[in-house]
Amino acid sequence: MSAVTSENLRPIGTPSEQLVAAARWRWFEFLFWGIAILCGLSMFAPMLGFNVPIIPSKMMLMSEILILGLLALSIDLCLGYAGLVTLGQGAFFGIGAYTAGLLAKHGAGVAPLSDPILGLLAAGLVAGFVGFATSFLVLRGSDLTRLMVTLGVALIVEELVNKLKDITGGSDGLQGVMSSPILGIWEFDLFGKTAFWYTLIVVFICFWFCRRLVNSSYGYSLRAIKGNALRARAIGVPVNARLIQVYTLAAAIAGIAGGLLAQTTQFASPDMVAFHRSADSLLMVIFGGAGYLYGGLIGSVVFRIMQDFLSNITPQYWLFWVGVVLVLLVLFVRNGIIGLLSAAVSRSKGAGK
Amino acid sequence: MLTILFDGIAYGMLLFVLSVGLCVTLGLMNFINLAHGAFAMAGGYLTVVMMNWYGISFYWCLPAAFIVSAVLGVVLERTLYSRLYDKTHLDQVLFSIGLIFIATAAVDYVMGASQQIINLPAELNGRFEFLGASIGVYRLFVIIICGLLTVLLQYVIGRTRFGSRLRASVDDRRVARGLGIDVTGIFALTFAVGSGLAGLGGALGASILSMDPTFPLKYMIYFLIVISVGGTTTITGPFFASILLGIADVAGKYFVPSIGGFIIYSIMVLVLIFKPEGLFTRSTRR
Repeated sequence: MSAVTSENLRPIGTPSEQLVAAARWRWFEFLFWGIAILCGLSMFAPMLGFNVPIIPSKMMLMSEILILGLLALSIDLCLGYAGLVTLGQGAFFGIGAYTAGLLAKHGAGVAPLSDPILGLLAAGLVAGFVGFATSFLVLRGSDLTRLMVTLGVALIVEELVNKLKDITGGSDGLQGVMSSPILGIWEFDLFGKTAFWYTLIVVFICFWFCRRLVNSSYGYSLRAIKGNALRARAIGVPVNARLIQVYTLAAAIAGIAGGLLAQTTQFASPDMVAFHRSADSLLMVIFGGAGYLYGGLIGSVVFRIMQDFLSNITPQYWLFWVGVVLVLLVLFVRNGIIGLLSAAVSRSKGAGK
Repeated sequence: MLTILFDGIAYGMLLFVLSVGLCVTLGLMNFINLAHGAFAMAGGYLTVVMMNWYGISFYWCLPAAFIVSAVLGVVLERTLYSRLYDKTHLDQVLFSIGLIFIATAAVDYVMGASQQIINLPAELNGRFEFLGASIGVYRLFVIIICGLLTVLLQYVIGRTRFGSRLRASVDDRRVARGLGIDVTGIFALTFAVGSGLAGLGGALGASILSMDPTFPLKYMIYFLIVISVGGTTTITGPFFASILLGIADVAGKYFVPSIGGFIIYSIMVLVLIFKPEGLFTRSTRR
C-alpha cells in the first residue's frame, strides 16, 4: 500500500492524471507475466533439443498455481480493497467448478454446450448469482459475523454437493468432464499444454480487469470503505451497494477459477468446496500480501510449490509448517511477502540517499 | 424417542463443557480463539496416552486432563495470545488456524492419523431401561459431571467476588480496568480454566466424539454455532444453545441422516443474520 500512497501524494496534475499515473504498468509486473510466459514456452524446449529438467512435466501444476492465484485474487479484491473478510470463497470456486463440469459432461459432443469458454462464462454467472444472493448476508455485523456467515455458506454448499449424489456424483466427484476444443481448434491434451496457455490467458484477462477496476475511481471508493466505512458513507460513497457489487464480482471470478480447474483437470470433486480450499486461498493472500492484486498470485506460487515440495517428504510436515509460517506472519510481518519486499526496497533506497 | 433425547442432552452437555471457555474468552477479550478445540484434543489424547500406555485409571485421567490443558492454556496465553488482543479479528482467526494446523500435524506425527479408542472402566459400560428409555451408563455419568460443572460455574460467576469482577470485565473492559480490576489477570485465569474445561471435555468425550488429529477443525464449527446461537454475555445462553444443538444433531442424524449437517449450518447462518448477538443474549445497549 505504501508505494501506491506515496505516488498519489506527489502533486502531479489533475486527479484524473494522478489516477492514470498510479495505474501505469511497472517493471516488476512485466517481469511477473514474462516469467509466466517463459514457463509456458519451456514446454517447447525439448523439441529444440534443450533439456529443461523440471518444468515441462509440471505443466498441470503450473496451471493449478495460476488457477489458485485467480481464486486468491478474488479474495484479495474483497479483503485487500474493500476490507471484506471472507472464509467461504471456496463455495463459489466449487459452484463454478460444478457448473463448468456439468455443462461439459452433459453437453459432451453438443458443441455450444461443452464449449470451454461458454462453460467459464456460465461458471462465472452462476457463482456470481449465488454471490449476489448471499452478499446481503455480509452487509451486517462485525468481521467475526462475516467470517462465520461466509464459512456457514461454504459449509452448506459443501453439504449440498455431498448430498445431491444424482447430480454431483457425491463424494466420488464428477467424472468424465470433457470439454470440446477451445474455439473449436485447440484440443485439451494429456500433458496440460493447451490447458496451461488457456489458463494463463483467462487468468490474465481477469487480472487485467481487476487491475483496471482497482485503479479506477471506483477502486478508490472501495479503499475508502476499507479505511472507514462510516466516513466513506459521509463523503457520498454508497457503501452497501459497493460491498454487494464487489462481493458478487469476487464470487464470479472465483467461479471462473473453479470452472478453469474443472475443465483443465477434467474432474470436479467435493474437495473443491471443502473448508481447506477457502482457508488455503485466504492463506495465499496473506502469504503474498493483501491489497496488491499480486499478493494472491505470488502467494499461490510460493504456497503451492512449498506444498508440492514438503508433501513429497511427509504430508504432516506440510500442515505443520503452514501453521508455523501463519503464526509467525501474524505476529511479526505486515502484508506478507510483498510487504517484506517493498520494505526491503524502500530501506535500500533510503540507505542510498 | 426418549433415548434420542437423552443422548442428545448428554452430547449437548459435553459440547457446553467443551465450548464454555471459548464463549467467556470471546466475550471478555473479544478474541476469537478458533484453536480452542486443540486444547480439547490435548485433554483427549492425554487420556488416551495415560490409559492405554500407562494403564492409569480413567478417573485420574479426568483431573489430569483438566490441569494439563489449563497449564498449556495459560502458557500459550501469556506467550502468544496476549500479543494479539489489539489485532484485527482476521489476524486472530489466521493465528488460531495456524495453531490448529500445528496441533493437528504434531498429533498426527506423534500418534498417527487413526482414531484413538479407549476402554472405559467396566462399571461405566452398559445400558439400563428407565421409563422406556434405554440409558447408557456412561452418558449418564457425562451428564452428571457436566451438570455439576455447570452448577459450579454458575455459582462462581454469579455469586463470588471473582465472578462479579469477571462479569464487570465482560460488560466493559475499560471501565472495569478503571475501577482497579486486574482484567489481564482475570483473563489469564479465565483462559486457563476455559482451556482446562475444554481438556476435561476432550477427556470425557474421548469415547463418544471421535478422537483423531482432525478433531479441532471438525468441532470448531460446533463451537462457533454454540457461540453464535448462545451469545457471549452469559453462560446460560451457551448452555441452552449446546443442549439444543446436541439434541438437534443427534435427532437429525437419527431421523434424517441425509440432511443432518445441512440443518445445523442453516440454523447458524439464519441466527447470525437475524440476531448477530445470539439468541439468548441479554439486550445490552452496546
